Amino acid sequence: MASDTELTPTSYIEHHLTYLTTQVREGSSFWVLHVDTLVTSIVLGVISLGFIWLVVRKATSGVPSKTQAFVELAVEFIDNEVKNTFHGNRHVFVAPAALTIFVWVLMMNAMDILPIDIMAWIMEHAFGLHNWKIVPTTDINTTFALALSIWLLMLFFNVKVKGFGGWMHELFCTPFGKNPLLWLLNLLFNFIEYVSKPLSHSLRLFGNIYAGEIIFLLLGMWAATGVSGTIFGAILGAGWAIFHILIVTLQAFIFMMLTVVYLSMAHESH
Amino acid sequence: MNINFTLISQAIAFSVFIWFTIKYVWPPLLRAIEERQKTIADGLAAGERGRHELEIASQRSSDVLKDAKQRASEIITQAEKRATEVIEEAKKTAREEGDRIVAGAKADIEHEIFSAKEVLRQQVAELAVAGAAKILRREVDSKAHNDLLVAIREDLK
Repeated sequence: MASDTELTPTSYIEHHLTYLTTQVREGSSFWVLHVDTLVTSIVLGVISLGFIWLVVRKATSGVPSKTQAFVELAVEFIDNEVKNTFHGNRHVFVAPAALTIFVWVLMMNAMDILPIDIMAWIMEHAFGLHNWKIVPTTDINTTFALALSIWLLMLFFNVKVKGFGGWMHELFCTPFGKNPLLWLLNLLFNFIEYVSKPLSHSLRLFGNIYAGEIIFLLLGMWAATGVSGTIFGAILGAGWAIFHILIVTLQAFIFMMLTVVYLSMAHESH
Repeated sequence: MNINFTLISQAIAFSVFIWFTIKYVWPPLLRAIEERQKTIADGLAAGERGRHELEIASQRSSDVLKDAKQRASEIITQAEKRATEVIEEAKKTAREEGDRIVAGAKADIEHEIFSAKEVLRQQVAELAVAGAAKILRREVDSKAHNDLLVAIREDLK
C-alpha cells in the first residue's frame, strides 16, 4: 500500500499484519500495547452494546418495535442456549455474560469481512495511521484475554459454589474415583483439563479468524498479476467473504457456548 | 504473535462490558419480556375462562329452554284435560236441566189434563143434570128428587 518501500508479497502481508503499538513502560517487551486492537474492540463493544442498551432502555412490555423485536430475538436466542446448558440462576451472571461475549466477538470477527485494503487506505488517508489491524480477534492477546478471564471466572465459581474443600475434592477424586491411589492420576487429568480449556478456547477463535484474514490477503495478491487476476481475485474474495459470514457467526457462537459450558461445569459437582 | 500488555487491557475492557451488560442491558429487557409473557399468559387464561363460562351459560340456557318446553307441554295437556272436563260437566248439567224442564213440562201437562178433565166432568155433569132436568121437568120435582140429583152429580164427578 502507500508504503515507502517497494511493494512485494512479503511487504504487503507484513504491512497488514503489523500492529500499531505503543510502549506503555520502558524495558520488557511485555509492556507493549496494541493500540489498534484495543481501540477497535472498545469502539465495537461500545457501538454494539450501546445500541442494545439504547433499545433496551425504552423497552416496552407491550407490542415491541421492530428494533426491540430484533434485540429480543437475539437475546432470547442466547437465553435459550444458556437455559439448556446452565441450570442455576442464569440471570445473575452467565446469561448476560454470554450475551456480551456473543455480541462483542461477533462484531470483532465481522471486521474480517470489511475489505482489508480499503480499510487500510481509509486508516492511512483519513487518520494518518500507517498500520492499523482492524480485526481484534486476529490478535492472540484479545482471544487470550477473553479465555483467561473466563478461566479465572471458572476458578472463582468453582470455589464459590463448591467451597475450596469441595473443589479440591473434585480435583483429587474425579473423574476416576476416590481411591487414594488414583489421586495423582485424577489431579494430573484435571490439570491437563484446566490447562487445555483456555488454550483451546482462545486458539480456536484466533486460528479461524486469523486464517480467514490470511486467505483474504493471499486473494488480494492476485491483484499483482494484472486486470484479469484482479477480477479473478475479487470473485474469489467475494466467495470467501460470503463463506466467512458463516465462520464469523459460528466462531462467535462457539466461543459463547464454550463459555457457558465451562461456567456451568464450574457450577455443577460431578 | 506476542503476548503483551494488550491482553490485560482487553481483559479489563471485557470485564467492563460484562459489568455493563449485567447492570444496564439484561435486567430491563428481561423484565419487559417477562411482563409481556405474563400479559399473554393472563390473556390466554382469560380467554380460556371466557370459553368455559360460555359453555356453562349455553348449557344452562338449553336446560332452561328444555324445562320451559316441558312445562308448556304439561300446561297444554292440563288445559286440554280441563277443557274436556268442562265440556263433560256442561253436557251433564245441560242434560239434567233438560230432564228437569221436561219433567216440569210433563207435570204441567198432567195438571192441565187433570184440570181439563175436571172442568169437562163438571160440565158433563151439569149438562147431564140439565139434560135430565129438561127431560124430567115435568115429572121430576127438584125438591123430591134432589137426593137423586145430588147422587148423579156425585157419580159424574
